[in-house]
Amino acid sequence: MNILAALASGLVFGIGLILSGMTDPGKVIGFLDLAGRWDPSLAFVMGGAILVGFFAFKLAGRRGKTFLGGALQLPQRRDIDARLVAGSVVFGIGWGLAGFCPGPALVSFGSGIDQAAVFVAAMLGGMVLFHAAERLLSAR
Amino acid sequence: MTIDWSHFTPWSSLAGGALIGLAAAMLVLLSGRIAGISGIVGGLLVPRSGDIGWRLAFVGGLLVAPAVMAFYSVNPRIDAGFGTLALAGLLVGVGTSYGSGCTSGHGVCGLSRLSPRSLVATFAFMAAGIATVLVTRHFP
Repeated sequence: MNILAALASGLVFGIGLILSGMTDPGKVIGFLDLAGRWDPSLAFVMGGAILVGFFAFKLAGRRGKTFLGGALQLPQRRDIDARLVAGSVVFGIGWGLAGFCPGPALVSFGSGIDQAAVFVAAMLGGMVLFHAAERLLSAR
Repeated sequence: MTIDWSHFTPWSSLAGGALIGLAAAMLVLLSGRIAGISGIVGGLLVPRSGDIGWRLAFVGGLLVAPAVMAFYSVNPRIDAGFGTLALAGLLVGVGTSYGSGCTSGHGVCGLSRLSPRSLVATFAFMAAGIATVLVTRHFP
């Protein structure tokens, strides 16, 4: 059931990304381009998602477990550290360069777009590189 | 600031955003997980037993979404070359790992949960994205 729920969630997420315009890097860059011709659409994507998400997470928190009886596995950390900010800045630079973030890139890869395949391969490489570096540093 | 009315799509973006929120709701209420794409994919690269199936299923859902939405035409404007795409992907992979999340994990789920960490992360990657677009599009 868990697997089926995750599959359905991924599918609905992907459909939402396509419908919202997030799979068009030009639209993403249009949103980030405050100095140019600004396309505010993505604020509506965030607004719509958070409006629904807010009540969902409130309900999940109140129940304390899932509707399938499983445990909630939510992040517990509340500290704000340099790592969080630096990592997010590096992510933002990559996002602004190409107009792809992980979700839309994977969906576009699913559409068979070559540029998305290159982006996804590099992104996976970056993740592997990061984990390898972290393991190396923590082993010392 | 001028608004790009020709690309502005408030309704489809709001509807797509609501679907993204619904997908996040499904995942947390049924599987107890955060719909953070970079985190879900990252967990596949350092796999732990019993923690792989749902991740694969979710990514599978994202990848088949374009086939389900085949009737809905998207004309992605991708003007980044392959070199830029590879660099951008690498930065996104490293940054989301280091900063523990991306647009979905921090931007959608984190803000829905009113997480201060995610609020800081979202400000950081938005600001970095805006600055990157400013530099790359307006300072030739």
